[in-house]
Amino acid sequence: MSLFRTELRRLSKRRFTRYMTLLGLLVLAAVVVGVFFTNQKIDAGQLAQAERQADQQYQEQVRWSEQERAACQQAKTAGTATDGRYPDDCSVISPPPREEIKAEWFLPSTFDFKETFDETLIPFAAILALVGFVIGASFVGAEWSTGGMMNLLLWRPKRLTVLLTKLAALLTGILAVTLPAAVLWFAGFWAVANFRGSTEKMTSGVWQSFMLTGVRGVALVLVLTTIGFALASLGRHTAMALGGVVAVMVVGQFGLGILLSMAGVRFAEAWLLPTYALAWMTKTVKLEDWNACNATYFGECKPATMEITWQQSSVLLSVGVVVILGAALWVMRRRDIS
Amino acid sequence: MPAVLEIEGLRKTYKSRRRGTRNALDGFDMRVDAGQVHGFLGPNGSGKTTTLRTLLGLIRPDGGRMTLLGHEVPDALPTVAGQVGAIVESPQFFPHFTARDTLSLLAGAGEVPATRVDEVLELVGLRDRSGERVKTYSLGMKQRLAVASALLKNPKLLILDEPANGLDPGGIREMRTLMRTLAESGMTVVLSSHILGEIQLICDSVTIISLGRRVAFGPVDEVLAQHSSGAVRIRLEAVSDLPVATEALTQAGIRVTGHPDHLMLAGVDKPASVTRLLAEKNLYVSELAPIAVDLESVFLELTATAPVPGQHRQVDESTKVGGTGQPGPAGGGWGA
Repeated sequence: MSLFRTELRRLSKRRFTRYMTLLGLLVLAAVVVGVFFTNQKIDAGQLAQAERQADQQYQEQVRWSEQERAACQQAKTAGTATDGRYPDDCSVISPPPREEIKAEWFLPSTFDFKETFDETLIPFAAILALVGFVIGASFVGAEWSTGGMMNLLLWRPKRLTVLLTKLAALLTGILAVTLPAAVLWFAGFWAVANFRGSTEKMTSGVWQSFMLTGVRGVALVLVLTTIGFALASLGRHTAMALGGVVAVMVVGQFGLGILLSMAGVRFAEAWLLPTYALAWMTKTVKLEDWNACNATYFGECKPATMEITWQQSSVLLSVGVVVILGAALWVMRRRDIS
Repeated sequence: MPAVLEIEGLRKTYKSRRRGTRNALDGFDMRVDAGQVHGFLGPNGSGKTTTLRTLLGLIRPDGGRMTLLGHEVPDALPTVAGQVGAIVESPQFFPHFTARDTLSLLAGAGEVPATRVDEVLELVGLRDRSGERVKTYSLGMKQRLAVASALLKNPKLLILDEPANGLDPGGIREMRTLMRTLAESGMTVVLSSHILGEIQLICDSVTIISLGRRVAFGPVDEVLAQHSSGAVRIRLEAVSDLPVATEALTQAGIRVTGHPDHLMLAGVDKPASVTRLLAEKNLYVSELAPIAVDLESVFLELTATAPVPGQHRQVDESTKVGGTGQPGPAGGGWGA
């Protein structure tokens, strides 16, 4: 227990941990503030104004289509309607139905909590996962590269206990930041919705859905923190984790994406890790293949689809954590420390 | 006296596709008795640090037996680690923490009372600079901090690898006094160093390692006596008598090296026999001085690492005990 407390102290004392956490929280705060200032509450007057603007645009569309129909008939009579500008039958030139021109188009952006909050949990988890990954990598990587790990092992010569205690302290620290941040995120957007949007139609089912997405977000943060920690421990340097992730993202993902696309592979996104991260957060991601036609009863062509679910993502994340952390533990146990 | 540290037949082999197989430790033996200050000497790459790292569980040995405070290690390391303070190689600390934070975190991990931090800071002379970041410290100050970290546990056995590195002359003397004080208080100290004058001054016994094997061990006086060459320097009243004296001594079976104003004799058991022999030839000695051997010359002789003008000795070129005893590029050493 003393080692755990000491490692927590070490984590919180590190300037890198403090600066990265602060930076991450500032970015999250900037998102909330940005959303606050780019949204407005809609009152009855603004709604009526929007309706009027929609009417006005409809009238303009009616006027324009009448003008064009007249021009079409004139050109047809004069025999000059052969340049493809007008259709054969001028009567098809007609204005759009009134209901197609929506009043919302003329309304300022407004934050509907029920409709939009779910999406905000994706950047929340992504930003904190990035912070966790970098802090996790640096926490153990700097210990290896500065000789701190060797010093510690002279005091506590149980390698696996030391590494796992460090990881436990790291995850506790990250959780201690993520959970309050998640509460503030919920509260912040609830306030944004209250002052700059709407909190209507919130049911217990919606709340439950948001909570579950939030929990999955926190889990993603912890998983990426563990992977950053394990990679840096494997390479005994922070750069191993950071270099590894750059290599995977640039070569393994960006490069692979281009290659798959050039090879015309169906559902190329199914080979890319961000798809699974997104599926984890949104429960499902539907991939579409526009080079295939699934005909409907109405003679319409629908693309072939493939669904990536959060369960599939959970298997991938679990296997990733087990393999990378397992390798780090094995290397910690077997390799000489010099 | 009971042994605090015992090593028998320790072996560590490094294998590399490119560099082949090298024996960093090749059946190394060592014994340190309780309450001693023990010097652990060896040329660069001889296996000193590998020995210490292996003893402390940082490197896995390929063979041999080791005990610390009567417990077999590495298995019993968790039991004895609290009683063994050690610094291995150059002091390494997280540069952005202060000395006090560094020691406080180690004390926390080792369940040592926080008050001990102030005690060791005082002991190594860092009390007034303890609030500064380690990255601002000189090498000597880092060395003091390393010694403080090793002393933090108030250990029964203190293992220090090159503790005088980077210390100023005053610091070296303070370190010497500290080592003696600790030994007098009952602590056993194992000191690895290249400052052989210091070792000779403060150590009760020594072990000399070369290419992964022990080449000498025992109390310092005994090691010096074993390697005393019986050299004697003589001067005569008249320098012009030196050639006659050389001839007389050589005929008596003494090895003589001539110098412009004196002669160096080797293999002399009794210096009185020299004066008697020369007096019989009417040659009168004005000075006769036995040449005392020091640890440095013994070390250079045993490890065959004395510099030779015009030659550039390579790291692995030293003596392998049990071999020919001649300097040469025998295998072993890297990774030490």
